[in-house]
Amino acid sequence: MTTRYVGRLETVSDLERVKREFLDSVKDFRFTITVCGGTGCISSHCGDVLTALRKQCTLRGLGEEVRIVESGCLGLCALGPTVLVEPGDTFYVNMTPEKIVQVVDKHIIGGKIQEEYTFFDEPSGEHVPCLADIPFYHDQVKIVLRNCGSIDYASVEEYISRDGYFGFVKAVRELGRVGTYEELIKSGLRGRGGAGFPTGIKWRSGYDQPGDEKYIVCNGDEGDPGAFMDRSVLEGDPHSIIEGLLIGGYTIGANQGFVYVRAEYPIAVERLQAAIGVAYECGLLGKNILGTGFDFDLEIRIGAGAFVCGEETALLNSIEGKRGEPRQKPPFPFQSGLYGCPTIINNVETLANVPVIIMRGGDWYASYGVGKSRGTKVFALAGDIRYSGIIEVPMGITMGDIVFKIGGGIKDGKQFKAIQSGGPSGGCLTKDHLGVSVDYESLSAMGAIMGSGGLIVMDDTTCMVDTARYFMDFVQDESCGHCVPCRIGTKRMLEILQRIVAGKGEEADLDMLETLANTIKDTAMCGLGQTAPNPVLTTLKYFRDEYEAHVIHKTCPAHVCKEMLVYVIDPEKCRRCGLCARNCPTEAISGGGKEPYVINTEVCSRCGTCIAHCKFGAISIK
Amino acid sequence: MSVGGDVIQDDQRFERVRKLAQTKAAEGASLIQVLHAVQNSYGYLPIEVQRIVAEVMHAPLGTVSGVVTFYSFFSTEPNGRHGIRCCLGTACYVRGGVRLVDFLEELLHCKVGHTTADGMFKFEVARCIGACSLAPAIAIDDKVYAKVTTEELPGIIASYYEAEGSEQ
Repeated sequence: MTTRYVGRLETVSDLERVKREFLDSVKDFRFTITVCGGTGCISSHCGDVLTALRKQCTLRGLGEEVRIVESGCLGLCALGPTVLVEPGDTFYVNMTPEKIVQVVDKHIIGGKIQEEYTFFDEPSGEHVPCLADIPFYHDQVKIVLRNCGSIDYASVEEYISRDGYFGFVKAVRELGRVGTYEELIKSGLRGRGGAGFPTGIKWRSGYDQPGDEKYIVCNGDEGDPGAFMDRSVLEGDPHSIIEGLLIGGYTIGANQGFVYVRAEYPIAVERLQAAIGVAYECGLLGKNILGTGFDFDLEIRIGAGAFVCGEETALLNSIEGKRGEPRQKPPFPFQSGLYGCPTIINNVETLANVPVIIMRGGDWYASYGVGKSRGTKVFALAGDIRYSGIIEVPMGITMGDIVFKIGGGIKDGKQFKAIQSGGPSGGCLTKDHLGVSVDYESLSAMGAIMGSGGLIVMDDTTCMVDTARYFMDFVQDESCGHCVPCRIGTKRMLEILQRIVAGKGEEADLDMLETLANTIKDTAMCGLGQTAPNPVLTTLKYFRDEYEAHVIHKTCPAHVCKEMLVYVIDPEKCRRCGLCARNCPTEAISGGGKEPYVINTEVCSRCGTCIAHCKFGAISIK
Repeated sequence: MSVGGDVIQDDQRFERVRKLAQTKAAEGASLIQVLHAVQNSYGYLPIEVQRIVAEVMHAPLGTVSGVVTFYSFFSTEPNGRHGIRCCLGTACYVRGGVRLVDFLEELLHCKVGHTTADGMFKFEVARCIGACSLAPAIAIDDKVYAKVTTEELPGIIASYYEAEGSEQ
């Protein structure tokens, strides 16, 4: 069920009517079956599951009894396509068209939960049918993701039925412009894009700026590799962003908003565009919204593939159609931003928080979290972790709880080695930091940052020097070239790291890396350059022994850096079958007859083919 | 894709670019939006096309060219009929994305950043396509393939040739 035409909503009572009518229309359904339609599940072919579900329900005449919802991300992307059956919150994973037919026939009609299709908890060796009992969901608190995965993303009525757009009404009718930013200051909400600037104070600055022409911009240029929180919100609950921008526009006095979304997110763009279209039809955007006298227009601007555009001043240039190079600050965007006018820029997740905070009050929101970090944070959990996906947790939870309780620990029986927080601007933390509280201050103190929310877990087969090289390669490639420290400094750092992983590094390189890193941090123009050295600095600090192994002993302890690997055949174990020699693509292996086979390291390309073919485990890496 | 020599056809196509750019500019589109539209229509943004956009937008060619070369989505060379983007975001990198890149380079006889000799695929690596839970992932056009192995790749590539064969 997606949006029927609800007509133009002229007043607040129209909004209340839509809410009432929607709740009435769904109360007679015996079941609601939600099929996750996040990008992760789409890649796992949830569309086929949805089609099969609709067909089977029609075939069995269940149209009046079962409500089928295509929602945004349910979170457990690794096990997609996922399906939730209510009442009972039965959570089916890895669904297929065949399995969903069984669920309809045996669960919906027969009343028996199909346990073998539900979530399987490996540590306990048992199926856990109910969503709330699954460890992945147990410690989560869903504020930003309140609707994500539980409503039809395309239905404005369902969003309204969850008090959607009532936050805007409350801001205008009860709080007023000053009251609204004061409520946000009270809530302690800070920017979720990474920097953590208090949102209420930012909005107050926007309000205080003189001028009739102001703008509010949503930064949806989520470019950190390993981060997909904002995409999930844009895809799963687009109206919450529209409402957040409406409230922001009203507070600061802007009648025009922009949402900047990266071109890599076609589904997010499509759903947000559709939601904006519906909002205009219903009179939730445009002139005199809900009879409040407030006018607001909203446009999407699509990026064109440049990481630096996530930096707020570069993003402004990009919206204006220019090269996405950062601008010198001051003046700050709240003073002179888009087209030289006062502009407030907020991240997707920040804006999704706003309507709930307005509805439930700043004190309620501040009751979650620790110290100066209040509320919750959404993280994208990925890498060598058992359950990857989207999670939302209260600030102050420990890294260890995120990795082991929610994420289910490391895959394939390997050991935890590091967790990378904050993408190319962040840092790698070790197992000694698993007890650290996840909040802005604690993470900064460790040299990592909260960042936008990407968490990449790495197991003991990861080389930290190679990881640092990877991030430096990324930043080097994405540096816009505007300032020297970032353009040339990162290039020199990358060259040193490339030398080290190739086995040609020297001890003095480590000091040079540190000096360069600190110089870039102090002198680069924008956030990209200033934070670019963080992955190198944190790995140098916490994994120095690995760097030393590379530069002094010319070995890679994790066996990743190819050029330092030496393949050897144990003559004791070698049975002289010759399989390795026959399969070696570079003909580096010789021997045979009575002689054990040997590998010529000069010729060996270190591809590992011989190890794969040896049946006696005679070949190893030194 | 236009092949050199077909002047009349080129003239018509350039005329279409001009009209499109004019329409977009009249709607108040920014330079980036105009370039998105033109690239969607023409396929890529060679210097002749950039010159037309510059004229329409009353901007120096240098400005247009500066924007085109700044953003990775804009291409000054012809693209393949399909775009393969092999993800090397952190999650995919950690989960073995490089192996897929190496394998595809051999399979397609084509280096990263180039188009296959038959014009079928443009092969690129992506910084992160946001499918981190499904690492390692590749995207062909807008379709994302999850948890890809080197064993699956020949079949995936072949399916595009088969689909093209059945269309003709």
